[in-house]
Amino acid sequence: MAIVNPAADAFAASDRAEPEAVEYPGERASWLQVAPLVVVLLLFFGLPMLVVLAVSFFDFSRTEIIPAFIFDNYIDLFRSEVTLRLYASSLKFAAIVWAVTLVLGFNIAYFLVFHVRGLLFQIGLFLLCTVPFLTSNIIRMISWIPFLGRNGIFNQALQGAGITSQPLEFLLFSDFAVIVAYVHLFTLFMVVPIFNSMARIDKSLLEAARDAGAGRFRVVAEVVWPLSRTGIALGSIFVVTLVMGDSFVVRTMSGGQSASVVSALQNEVAALQYPPAAASAVIMVIIVTLMVAGILRVVDVRKELAG
Amino acid sequence: MTRSSSEPKNKFSRRTLLKGAAAGGAVVATQGVGGFPTVWAQNTKDVTLVHAGGSYAAIKEIGDQATKDLGFKIVMQAITDDVQLNRSLTQPQTIDINNIDSTKLPYLLGKGAIAPIPVAKYKLWSETVPLFTKGAYPNGTMASTQGLAPIEAMFYADKDAKKLAGKPTEFLTMIPTIYNADTLGIRPDLVGGRDKITSWKDLLDPKFKGKTALVDYAPVGVMDVAMALESRGDFKYADKGNMTKDEIDKTIKIMIDLKKGGHFRSFWSTFDQSVNLMASGEVVVQSMWSPAVTAVRSRGIDCYYVPLKEGYRGWFVGLAPMAHLSGLKLDCAYEYMNWFNSGWQGGFIAKQGYYSAVPATAKKFLTPEEWDYWYDGKPAAVDIKDPYGTLMEKKGSTRDGGAIWDRMGNIACWNTVMDEDRYLTRRWNEFVSS
Repeated sequence: MAIVNPAADAFAASDRAEPEAVEYPGERASWLQVAPLVVVLLLFFGLPMLVVLAVSFFDFSRTEIIPAFIFDNYIDLFRSEVTLRLYASSLKFAAIVWAVTLVLGFNIAYFLVFHVRGLLFQIGLFLLCTVPFLTSNIIRMISWIPFLGRNGIFNQALQGAGITSQPLEFLLFSDFAVIVAYVHLFTLFMVVPIFNSMARIDKSLLEAARDAGAGRFRVVAEVVWPLSRTGIALGSIFVVTLVMGDSFVVRTMSGGQSASVVSALQNEVAALQYPPAAASAVIMVIIVTLMVAGILRVVDVRKELAG
Repeated sequence: MTRSSSEPKNKFSRRTLLKGAAAGGAVVATQGVGGFPTVWAQNTKDVTLVHAGGSYAAIKEIGDQATKDLGFKIVMQAITDDVQLNRSLTQPQTIDINNIDSTKLPYLLGKGAIAPIPVAKYKLWSETVPLFTKGAYPNGTMASTQGLAPIEAMFYADKDAKKLAGKPTEFLTMIPTIYNADTLGIRPDLVGGRDKITSWKDLLDPKFKGKTALVDYAPVGVMDVAMALESRGDFKYADKGNMTKDEIDKTIKIMIDLKKGGHFRSFWSTFDQSVNLMASGEVVVQSMWSPAVTAVRSRGIDCYYVPLKEGYRGWFVGLAPMAHLSGLKLDCAYEYMNWFNSGWQGGFIAKQGYYSAVPATAKKFLTPEEWDYWYDGKPAAVDIKDPYGTLMEKKGSTRDGGAIWDRMGNIACWNTVMDEDRYLTRRWNEFVSS
């Protein structure tokens, strides 16, 4: 749940960030076309968001939320240094995971598009990348636990090979474990959009660059990279929003030792403290929306997709 | 408006009549298990009661047996604590029988979600252990009142059910069902033996640095640490079950230092996580539940629920009918709650290490050897199996902590919800994020 939602948010956000449509004769038809999505978004995103916004100004007691218009929830949130620490922690994870998945995603996509000969083989390998997605997120994540544990396979192998004399403790229930799980879970979200943009690059451009004397890295830097920007931007949106909106991975893989903004919010919900949780959610949505807007500012996804 | 409000009533009686007529030919032989009178069987066979509670208590097999014994349908729903509270308060009609953990009572008090139970409706009250009826152990000593003790939680002041009485009255908050004494679970093979851990303070012993765990739930996690701090002599709490802001601050500060020093390996939030932490050897001493200890043992790994000199952390749960029940359904609810403590359930749950509020009835559903092992703390005369028939303990082993009142008779503090729970949640978030 928590893993899916931010992606939906991202779509909604990218929707809003679109520039004004230019007037043209078929305008009414296009309004009709967009109407179902608008209705769905308004009902299932806009309305709940409004409720959350309203509740964030409410007062509360142990079991009740009391309609009011108070800023206490926000004041508590901004006064607490925990908030800062939580965002620092979530942003740290988002930045590291983004960097790692970008390097991996770009290289995997590059390999698939430019090194693999034959469309069939290409599609075959691409599908192979998606195989892990046939199992649930939770299983893929939890399987790291016996692997990385103190007496896990990895530690046993290291000790067996004489590389370490005692188990490495930092492998599990640590930030390291959280990042491993995130990278494992989210790399494909980077691969797919980048693969998609790269596949549409005209191969003759690369040949032309090479003929003009560009070396291999220059071709990548000046031709492939700029033309993959759309994919990179989309992949980044997925990865960043997924990490920012997560609580489950961070909780499980850190053994509850690290927190994210959402896991703290969950603790509040579990204690029936909805208004502060709502305030926290509102701030979260604003920050993630700003992040997505930032990415979209750097890369005009719409223009490049249309081009 | 008048029409629509009167309609359901008419419909209800018409439907029941029709169904009663349809069933008229068949003779439904429903027998009351405990010998209490049954509600007229023809009517009740179309009744369905939804019993919602934690997975440790709302067990499908129990619902199936009740359905068989009573002739009306019991649907078991195992849900998490926060979902249960939420549904109880915002959609009370989705639950009929609320299986409440005592710490949820303060949330439900005065909300009109659950109905008070007149003592007279509960046939087994006189046979219930005195812990619930009088707040005392069978030997007459009063039980600890730190935290939310049974005597404080069991009674409403009057039939309005707005306030807890704190002493016996005619109106029960719930029918007590199961209870137990919690303590630390250890891996004897990894700590140097069963006798190496004797006190709560061992949880904080630097020698177990990086090998301890707590439950990731503020009210219990903080209390376990408080037990340890008190026994280590750091400070004394007026009431560990109801700390002041100052006491919370002092406790959390020490916890943050411990966490930063790498003392805790993990914080577990589900039963399975606690089992895996222990079974894999990631953790050698942690706060844990009794069936989780058994689950580790059933994997062939030695795990021990160690009796500590300061005593146990106690908890209890019970059943309450929801306030929206009336007429036939309410009658069925009472009948079901009476059935619940009439033995079958008590026998089933005993094999998971929990005690029944009416042990005499549970005894009828246990073999003498099982009773001796689970309740009397005697060495097992035969192999001990869990409710599903899986081997749990080999012949000759003894239950940790001994007999029921050696364990339940030594409660230092009861699970609770503090007055400062709002502040506690905030500080706990700080602890987890530091």
